Amino acid sequence: MAGLGPTGGRAARTYAGRGPLLILPAWVIIGIFLVLPILIMATYSFLTKEFRGGVIWEPTLAAYDQFFFDRGLFGDEQPKIEWTYILIFWRSIWQAGLATLLCLLIGFPTAWFIATRPAHSRTVWLFLITVPYWVNLLIRTISMKFLIRDNGPMNQWLLNAGLIDEPIHIINTNLAVQLGLFYSYLPFMVLPIYAAVERYNFALSEAAADLYASRWVTLTQVIIPVVKPGIIAGCILVFVPSLGAFLAPDLLGGAKNFMIGSLIEEQFKGAAGNWPFGAAAAMILLSMVLIVLIVYARNQDRESA
Amino acid sequence: MAEDQGDIAVDIDHVTKRYGDFTALADVSLAIRSNEFFTLLGPSGCGKTTLLRCIAGFEDITLGAIRLYGDNIVDLPPNKRPVNTVFQQYALFPHMDVTRNVMFGLLRLGQSEAAARKRAGEVLDLVQLTQFADRLPAQLSGGQQQRVALARALAPNPKVLLLDEPLSALDLKLRQAVRLELQQIQQETGITFIFVTHDQEEALTMSDRIAVISDGRLQQIGTARDIYEEPDNKFVADFIGETNLIDVTVAGIDNGQATCTLPGGNHFTCPAAQGAHSGRGHLSVRPERVSLSDPAQGLLTGTVSRLIYLGTDMHVDITLTDGEVVTARVQNSAGTRIPAMGETIGLNFEAGAARLLID
Repeated sequence: MAGLGPTGGRAARTYAGRGPLLILPAWVIIGIFLVLPILIMATYSFLTKEFRGGVIWEPTLAAYDQFFFDRGLFGDEQPKIEWTYILIFWRSIWQAGLATLLCLLIGFPTAWFIATRPAHSRTVWLFLITVPYWVNLLIRTISMKFLIRDNGPMNQWLLNAGLIDEPIHIINTNLAVQLGLFYSYLPFMVLPIYAAVERYNFALSEAAADLYASRWVTLTQVIIPVVKPGIIAGCILVFVPSLGAFLAPDLLGGAKNFMIGSLIEEQFKGAAGNWPFGAAAAMILLSMVLIVLIVYARNQDRESA
Repeated sequence: MAEDQGDIAVDIDHVTKRYGDFTALADVSLAIRSNEFFTLLGPSGCGKTTLLRCIAGFEDITLGAIRLYGDNIVDLPPNKRPVNTVFQQYALFPHMDVTRNVMFGLLRLGQSEAAARKRAGEVLDLVQLTQFADRLPAQLSGGQQQRVALARALAPNPKVLLLDEPLSALDLKLRQAVRLELQQIQQETGITFIFVTHDQEEALTMSDRIAVISDGRLQQIGTARDIYEEPDNKFVADFIGETNLIDVTVAGIDNGQATCTLPGGNHFTCPAAQGAHSGRGHLSVRPERVSLSDPAQGLLTGTVSRLIYLGTDMHVDITLTDGEVVTARVQNSAGTRIPAMGETIGLNFEAGAARLLID
């Protein structure tokens, strides 16, 4: 309550005791829409698959076994590490990481630009950033496909401008996936960084310059460390959904650029599906995301200690 | 203070600063001597902070030159100017501990980690913060943060230290203590201090010399005594302490002495500010220099219209026959005659207590 002042203090006293009641809706929503589905998924991942989709209530580790180990065609050979799915995971991390980096490189200057505009025009800029997101993600991803294909407007423009001699082939490459992810999640990078930069005290940059720091040193040793919480929040908000995305890799990446999201999606689609395996892959993805978040939280604790 | 030109630390030479149509500084010229505690004093918005920021390099000047020991520095960016600033809100780096904050400038100047750490230790010792060296700024009180800001700016041993209202965020008690400390540090280090404040008491108690600024113009430069006792114009007389401005008609000025006619017709001769002219004018007389007497013996006469008891002294407003109000501060000592409300009374002051101002 420190720093709230007398009004805050009184409000806190007035509502004291009703706290548990007020937080109830939040708990109900988290319980029904977050905890329960995760529990169902965790349970399914340990069940036996039913061939036309669905599960049989017989506990087994088969799904995890299939993910990590190769026991040959009939399951009776010495177990070897199964690399297929691990590679898909690795590619997903790599793709999501590059997309995050791309978002950071574009998002940071954008957020900086908006936060340094006069107060009244900031709202307009923020609004403009969110406008494309009123359109459905699927539609946006498909339009991206049209934009970047070999005879699409982007290549046409570059050709006409004389910047390239032949179309750049982007569609069905890793780059296309990164561009798709970048486009899908850019605002999640811009908004938290904007919030951090808006609170940034520009006198710090003056102090750094006064103490003989070049612009580069000011950026790397003062500005970035001070707005770091916003940068990290933005990176998490972009990285986590990118990791599980399936629209962009499916539509822009082609078969070679399969990511976890697509792998999981396939397990729940049609007769070829394997619910326990899909659930297991989802649980492994979830654990990885949690590890990233826990490492981050621990870092924060250590810094504020 | 040495008077020769070689001792000028900062030479502000006809500096003008405009923001669009607004003139923040209008043709300001002043020379700040080496090792001087120099104060820029004025009300908020007068341009004093702008001038400081022009010296630091955060603002470009529109016209003129700023020379640091003879070198024109107007084209240098702030990080190339050998001056350091203590910011109003301190602007400490929140992610660095006290030592790291103080080392920042030293490392940028190319000092080794070890040398910078040693120097930071010395400076923190000077400002008595050694025991807080490992704390983050957020873990310090306002007064301690203020001293970190000072240490950080002193560490590179700048030729000139700029202080932008560094005490304004502190409470009164602390402000008075830090004033003495600042003065002491200035004398120990021998660094030229340029101190910006709107607080006249701060200016009077700390400075070797004061420049009074108003509306972007330099009003007067002098020692605390000069500007209090010999103000040049109405702004300075009124801004520094309290004063009575008495309407007079000036018959002539000869050898710095003005002969004038006071309200009520008495003739009076007193010193005139350089540049004052004959005709209608104003005399400045400090309330504590006004004494009360019988109406017949007074230079001025009027009736007591207000009495305020202030403990050690008494504030007496006297309304003259032409409606002007003159204030006297009467010492509350034994034997002092306390006037009564409505009483007709005479007012006196010595020639040396009055000064004809530039109008």
